[in-house]
Amino acid sequence: MPIPSIPFKTYHTLLTVFLQFLFSGLTVGAVYALVGVGFNITYNATSIINLAQGEFVVIGGLMMWFFSESLHLPFLVSVVCTLISAGIVGLLMERLTIRPLKNPDLLLMIMITIAVSIVLRGILMFIFGKEPYVYPAFTEGEPLSVYGAIIQQQTLWVIGITVLCIIGLFFFFKKTIIGKAMLACAVNPAAAQLVGINVSRMVMFSFVLSAIVGAIGGIAITPISLMEYDKGPMLAVKGFCAAIMGGLGSNRGAVIGGFLIGILESMTAGYLHSGLKDAVALVILLLILFYRPSGIFVSKTMQQLRKF
Amino acid sequence: MLSIKAIQKSFGGLTALSNVSFEVREDDIKALIGPNGAGKTTLLNIVSGIYQPDSGEVLFLGERIVHLAPKAVARKGISRTFQHVELFVNMTVLENIMVGRHARTGYGFISSGLKLPAVGREETEIRQKSEEILEYINLAHRRDEDASNLPIGEQRILEIGRALATEPRLVLLDEPAAGLNIRETRNLGDIIRKIRDELKITIVLVEHDMDLVMRISDSVTVLNFGEVIADGTPLEVQKNRDVIIAYLGDEEIISGGYGAHP
Amino acid sequence: MKRDESIAFIFFVLLMVIVPLISESTYILTVGIFAGINALVAIGLCILMGYAGQVSLGQAGFYGIGAYVSSVLSLYAGIPPVLSIVCAMIVAALAAVVLAVPALRLKGHYLAVATLGFGEIIYIILNEWGPGGPSGFGDIPHFGIMGYTIDSTSGYFYLIWASVAAVMFFSLNLLGSGSGRALRAMHDSETACNAMGLNVVVLKIKVFVLSAVYASLAGSLYAHYVTFVSPSSFSLFYSILVLTMVIVGGIRNVWGAIFGAVVITVLPELLRKFEELDVLVYGLILTMSLMFFRKGIVPILIDTIKRARGSAVAKH
Repeated sequence: MPIPSIPFKTYHTLLTVFLQFLFSGLTVGAVYALVGVGFNITYNATSIINLAQGEFVVIGGLMMWFFSESLHLPFLVSVVCTLISAGIVGLLMERLTIRPLKNPDLLLMIMITIAVSIVLRGILMFIFGKEPYVYPAFTEGEPLSVYGAIIQQQTLWVIGITVLCIIGLFFFFKKTIIGKAMLACAVNPAAAQLVGINVSRMVMFSFVLSAIVGAIGGIAITPISLMEYDKGPMLAVKGFCAAIMGGLGSNRGAVIGGFLIGILESMTAGYLHSGLKDAVALVILLLILFYRPSGIFVSKTMQQLRKF
Repeated sequence: MLSIKAIQKSFGGLTALSNVSFEVREDDIKALIGPNGAGKTTLLNIVSGIYQPDSGEVLFLGERIVHLAPKAVARKGISRTFQHVELFVNMTVLENIMVGRHARTGYGFISSGLKLPAVGREETEIRQKSEEILEYINLAHRRDEDASNLPIGEQRILEIGRALATEPRLVLLDEPAAGLNIRETRNLGDIIRKIRDELKITIVLVEHDMDLVMRISDSVTVLNFGEVIADGTPLEVQKNRDVIIAYLGDEEIISGGYGAHP
Repeated sequence: MKRDESIAFIFFVLLMVIVPLISESTYILTVGIFAGINALVAIGLCILMGYAGQVSLGQAGFYGIGAYVSSVLSLYAGIPPVLSIVCAMIVAALAAVVLAVPALRLKGHYLAVATLGFGEIIYIILNEWGPGGPSGFGDIPHFGIMGYTIDSTSGYFYLIWASVAAVMFFSLNLLGSGSGRALRAMHDSETACNAMGLNVVVLKIKVFVLSAVYASLAGSLYAHYVTFVSPSSFSLFYSILVLTMVIVGGIRNVWGAIFGAVVITVLPELLRKFEELDVLVYGLILTMSLMFFRKGIVPILIDTIKRARGSAVAKH
């Protein structure tokens, strides 16, 4: 995540630097939050952890480039097309690899999602090559200045879109029938089926939805940090870390976790050593997995109930 | 041999066991019975170390074992079988028994990998002992079959055989007759009796099959809703009013009585 | 080792001896060397996953430790390669214990991700603090023993495959022994193992260390053969590559690991022309294997042979 260089004339204070890192942290953090939420959506509906989640973000960025820069379609049309493409990928993944399996064991499922992520990556590499892609930010205009820290407009877009997305999902799961049905499926698929919920359709929805959520992140972040075919795995790992912070399945935890990881990462890169950036999320991930696998924002009873 | 003293166990708001106390005498076959949900398996799990009670003591041969993990409990000489058969399904019948021997022996990875002569000798010994056990429980003819291919009756016997491999002093059997037909149950009863009579192993048997319980046990403890409601010989327990109510749930049926079995 | 296994083993050794004698191109031997190196890692992973029922997406980390530790010790400290390889194995074993103690309480997804995280952390450490950083370093001494240095391709072919043979011998003995049974039992029912007094935790750690040591050996041999290492060879992609080898070959059979390693190593050579497709092809192979050939090639072959034998016997 490139940190904009601070112009000589700018009032250079500790606060400025801090804010700079904070905002760049919030920006990447937003994407991690979205990936984490994506994990939760699939997990909540199917108990599967879809390690290809990161690829959806990449698909979002690259397809957006394709529609807007290569086909020169208008902005909103490109967005819609991209989201539809991502949704289709999610659908295909579910239909072709998840659905056909009767009684898969958990290990097999992990490996299949990994395999699919490789296939997706391979296809992306084949179509787009290894170079980074970019398209213009959503709005043109001068960056904002907050106590001397330079905040690109796109940064606000990223954070804003993420927040909107999360609010939208919140309402979807709490208030709509489909949303509640999806949650019911993971808790007890047999019971869900008995009350008339089409479990396999819910599973399909969850994959499509998580793909779209991931793609939104990709669309928003590309103007800032560009997009390459192989960004998927790292995003997946960090997003997973975000997802387990509040306990897998908790969107509140994923969001807080995502932003937290993003900020810590940015601070580490800025204040310590940029090469260690990726290690931050990994270390947090391992610490949580080893000592608090049920999540760190979780009550004592939940900790005892969960199985790992 | 085994003393259960004032065991208390709750899961969240649900009290599973309340002030449970009883004794198991050496070389006895002790049955633990009670309606579903009475807490029998929970108690077995506490004895074998899978659960820790909230309070109370378990003494085995005078020693406190209540705080021990399952592995340690096994090393003290207590073996068990499980309600849902926990055989090693991807291994043969003989291999299942052989794993039981391993805990008593066991050279490490490196000696095994290098195929040291001592390891070879031990392997022969393990094999021999395991085959003896198979002979003893009449499953020798199934030696090389996959454990998963056995009918449920033989699977349960095999699980008992595996429990014997560790040379225990006490064996806990968790509903070994579940899913068995009359012939298989009879066979099971004979084998349990044989183990107690010939090998001098004490048995604690959790069961629902009253026929089996009445036929082979020396002593019966009855649990209901986590409490001991009766403790005595099979005959005494059969006639016990509280026991009958617990099972049949109604005062008025008592006049018929449950003890009509031959 | 059972009788069939002994026969396979002898056949395998014969094959190994013959190949350099009859192949005329160094190219085939080179591919063979890499196949052998990968086989070492795959065998370890196969035992870990197929027999003990655990999972690791971080084998590249141990592979990298083996390569880097042995290289640094032999290049900068003048330690003879045989010793530095052993030192690397010790370091890898220690790292495995440090990882295993907390990680093996986890299962399934969580264990997979934890090992993945570990592998990535090693990669980052090598990338940041390894000599030469991301570009790596060279001039690593060739493997030598008692004054005699191996520097020919056929020499390395023998060295690597002799190592594979030794590791197989060790592994087959182990798996056929009481410890091997204990591992398989642990895979089937940890509850029962605990109830019989087996120390499941220690077993898991031991098998984890085993897979780490095998991978470390492979990494060290790789380094002394190529005489140049860089972090990019020890990334997540390699961990997944090894995983593919194990699955394709057959997760429940150690011979499968060798087979899978050979197939997956040879494949990109065959696909040389389709360079941009290699990632895609790996992915497809892995997906297909997981979905349709879940048992893996070697077990499927064995089943076919058994059925053929069975029907042959039935006819008489």
